[in-house]
Amino acid sequence: MEFQIFGIGILTWIVFLPIVGMLIVLLIPGDNKNAIRWTAAGATGLQLLLAVILLGIFDRTALGINDPGSFQFVEQFQWIVVEAVPWVGKIEILYFLGIDGLSVLMVLLTALISVIGVISSWSIQKMVKGYFALYLLLVTGMMGVFVALDFFLFFIFWEVMLLPMYFLIGIWGGPRREYAAIKFFIYTFVGGVLMLLVMLGLYFSVAYTNGAGEQVHTFNLLHMMNSANFVEGSIFYGVDTTWRYIAWVALFISFAIKVPLFPFHTWLPDAHVEAPTPISVILAGVLLKLGTYGMLRIMYPILPDGTVYFMYLMAALGMISIIYGALCAMAQDDFKKLIAYSSISHMGIVMLGMASLTNQGTVGAVLQMFNHGTITAMLFLIVGVLYDRTHKRGLYDFGGIANQMPKYTGIAMVAMFAALGLPGLSGFVSELFSFLGAFDSFRVITIISVTGIIFTAAYILWTIQRVFLGELSDEHKTLTDLTGRELLMFVPLLIIVILLGVYPGPAIELMNASLSHLVEFVNMAGR
Amino acid sequence: MAEHIIESIYRFLPEIALVVTLVAAIVADLVLRERNRHVAWVVLAGLAVTAILLVGQRGWNVSIFSDTLAVDPFAVFFKAVLLVAGLFIVLFSMKSRELEHNSTRIGEYYMLITGVIFGMFLMVGATNLLLMYLAFELTSISSYVLAGFTKTLRRSAEASMKYIIFGAVSSGFLIYGISLLVGVTGAVDIYGVRNALQAGVEQTAALYVGVIMIIVGFSYKITAVPFHFWAPDVYQGAPVTITTFLATASKVAGFAMMIRFFRISFMDSGVLAAPGFEGVVAVVPWHLILAVLAAVTMLAANLMALWQENIKRLLAYSSIAHAGFILMGLALVTDEGISAMMIYLAIYLFMNMGAFYVVMLVANKLDTEDVAGYQGLGHRSPFLGVAMAIFLVALAGFPPTAGFIAKVYIFGATISAGMIWLVALAGLATVISLFYYIRVVRNMFLVEPAETDGPVRYDVSSLAILVLLLVPVLLLGVYFSPIVAWAKHAVTMFGM
Repeated sequence: MEFQIFGIGILTWIVFLPIVGMLIVLLIPGDNKNAIRWTAAGATGLQLLLAVILLGIFDRTALGINDPGSFQFVEQFQWIVVEAVPWVGKIEILYFLGIDGLSVLMVLLTALISVIGVISSWSIQKMVKGYFALYLLLVTGMMGVFVALDFFLFFIFWEVMLLPMYFLIGIWGGPRREYAAIKFFIYTFVGGVLMLLVMLGLYFSVAYTNGAGEQVHTFNLLHMMNSANFVEGSIFYGVDTTWRYIAWVALFISFAIKVPLFPFHTWLPDAHVEAPTPISVILAGVLLKLGTYGMLRIMYPILPDGTVYFMYLMAALGMISIIYGALCAMAQDDFKKLIAYSSISHMGIVMLGMASLTNQGTVGAVLQMFNHGTITAMLFLIVGVLYDRTHKRGLYDFGGIANQMPKYTGIAMVAMFAALGLPGLSGFVSELFSFLGAFDSFRVITIISVTGIIFTAAYILWTIQRVFLGELSDEHKTLTDLTGRELLMFVPLLIIVILLGVYPGPAIELMNASLSHLVEFVNMAGR
Repeated sequence: MAEHIIESIYRFLPEIALVVTLVAAIVADLVLRERNRHVAWVVLAGLAVTAILLVGQRGWNVSIFSDTLAVDPFAVFFKAVLLVAGLFIVLFSMKSRELEHNSTRIGEYYMLITGVIFGMFLMVGATNLLLMYLAFELTSISSYVLAGFTKTLRRSAEASMKYIIFGAVSSGFLIYGISLLVGVTGAVDIYGVRNALQAGVEQTAALYVGVIMIIVGFSYKITAVPFHFWAPDVYQGAPVTITTFLATASKVAGFAMMIRFFRISFMDSGVLAAPGFEGVVAVVPWHLILAVLAAVTMLAANLMALWQENIKRLLAYSSIAHAGFILMGLALVTDEGISAMMIYLAIYLFMNMGAFYVVMLVANKLDTEDVAGYQGLGHRSPFLGVAMAIFLVALAGFPPTAGFIAKVYIFGATISAGMIWLVALAGLATVISLFYYIRVVRNMFLVEPAETDGPVRYDVSSLAILVLLLVPVLLLGVYFSPIVAWAKHAVTMFGM
């Protein structure tokens, strides 16, 4: 399927619209703050519009994953080509974009969260120009990762996100922003170097024969998924070899840092607490999903043997993240830190569902990625609203907000119950699917993991009690309820959370074909 | 014979143009008023003519002056890189306040720079061991003078002194090693050495010592740990322009000579396949020595850079660390490794020059060379701050800058050659390097300037030079096939 605007494919538009916005922002004089904000809103708004169009015409039956023919909105051009010389074959790097059932929801999520982030950024006053320029660059990086089908391109988008994020936390963050920013940076950079080494190893291991009969080394992910393309004697040739396991572990760590999975999670609470609200929203809403997405897109199909071999490890780390994240969340007295730890817990559920290598578990995991993106974005916005008004985030600083800010409380309740996994809201469906799938593969681990739900219920109910119920202190009697701008960022998320809770069918249909193909492929190739 | 000489002179035109430039610079210095500017323009014009002549050498693959000097794509590649470096250094020098204030005989300065470039041109082409040594000395001796050119500054004089002493030691090692090699093989050019190695060498101990000494001699030039001691002090003490020159062009020329020496003699397929193979690699595992040298260099230099407070010193250690990354390519004994080195060197030139140029501009205006002096620079002069940040993240190897491409190729070649332990250490070194590069970026952007610090402004020509350096750093990050193809072509044509 193709869709072009002015002769340029829709995915290129979606990825590079923010960059266009960034260039315009850079040309606007710095003191014209509103023009800068509206440019950013326009760029991300258009991006969202295109993402919705994309969703409308997306073909739900196409498989994708490792089948080049059934990717949609494909754009494939040769980007870098170096002709063969006697001692090294032809080299090519592709500009290769396309989406399938695995990425389509992530594209929508990224576009949606980006717009909401811009609306939430309206209250940023410090160096507005620099802020939005970096923000838009970040959006391009995130979107690019979700649509890239060439490993080199994927890696570039992956790394492009790092610096903007470093500055956004480091310049516009809270009191300990420098520490948080450098910690985030170094963790992800380590992951990036590991990924780079595996990427290069794969590149030298994979060669396909093109039409002219030449051996071509390529970064094309789809060629890497085909085990017939591995050159005999190359480092990653074969099945279940030590080198392939090492590659799997390196890739797993580089993605697990982003998820973040226990024990690579320590950067997250710091980054979240220090980041300004919109950046926390982006971080929790989109960035964390890049890790699990990368595993499904790259690690699962390219190294299926390692995936099958290490599936218990993944499940165990998922389980630890669920329980440990929930317990840590319970111990926090900072609202933002609590949500940060709850993110770790909820991403653990994604990991557990994915690790099961069952259709149900994987569908649940990807749906949980989307739902966690929307729910946690709401939770961070909820903290942001209180923080904007009182400059406080302590859970014990509040009480009795419910009467003072009824609209706000209503929205907060929905978001928190969705995070808790209340039936009828979106979180329930995806958690249920993840656990059901996981139960097929690992009984004990799943049973232990499910107890995490109890802790989740505990910290969420306790939070509601501390913040929204009880006595309203005098200093909070002047608090105003949500403004129109704030409502604008909550309502779309609210609708999605309720809608997917009541009727998740369409979302599951979107990805079912691709994910069942992925699961089947990994199970077949890896066992 | 006469025909051969005439033919050789025709092939030698770029170098002759440099000599003419050198003489013209002396004359201009004597006769022209306002000589500071004018001599620089004369040298710039001379370098431009050299560049045009160099373009004419495309595709040539000959040996001139009775096989003492090669004019092949490899030499042309490096001459082009060195010429670009020379042009930028002259431009930098015209902008340097340090030079303007602390030296009286600026005409000689430009003349010496031309002389160094001439020496480097010979270094990249020399195939005769004696010519190699002479070219090496020509660049070294001119560099000693240049390092101490602002002689009224104590640190500059000290730098020059240290440089002379260490340089003399390295020359000693090199000439000693060459003597042993000549004695063992009976040949004075590297082709003769190759033939002798193919036939097999009897005095293996002498060969071993000779090769080690030659490696040590080269190691001083390319600043490989533990032969780097001179570099931080000299880089810190010399004028910024000369520091830039030493950290880029001088290293590039050293690497070029080293590559040619090992590629022709020790890496030759005949040598590697001949029974003499045991005589060379088993007795003298030079590639393993280089691999260890590379690993030690990149790890040690990156670690030492972490504690530097002076930005020139920090960049000095960074450039030592980069020498380690580049040296990996030669340890692989593959053509792929050599082409990766060439790509790295060309890219390294631009990003390192950019970083040093910002250092110079900042020193011009703010009179500081301390990392702490960069606090709030991104707020006081956004363009300068962003440019510096781009150069530094390029040095750290971030996409989509050219520095990433350089790392991709050198890491890739190492993986392809199967030296996984080496590439794993290189990955570790890269992570370490991030800390100190980002510390400067942090100072520029995350720390806000003091109230008293107003904006810092620069004239258009300074910014234009900066843009000229930024363009390749960014462009080669997203479109790098021309330089890759050029490097691979140059290696393929080697010694044919």
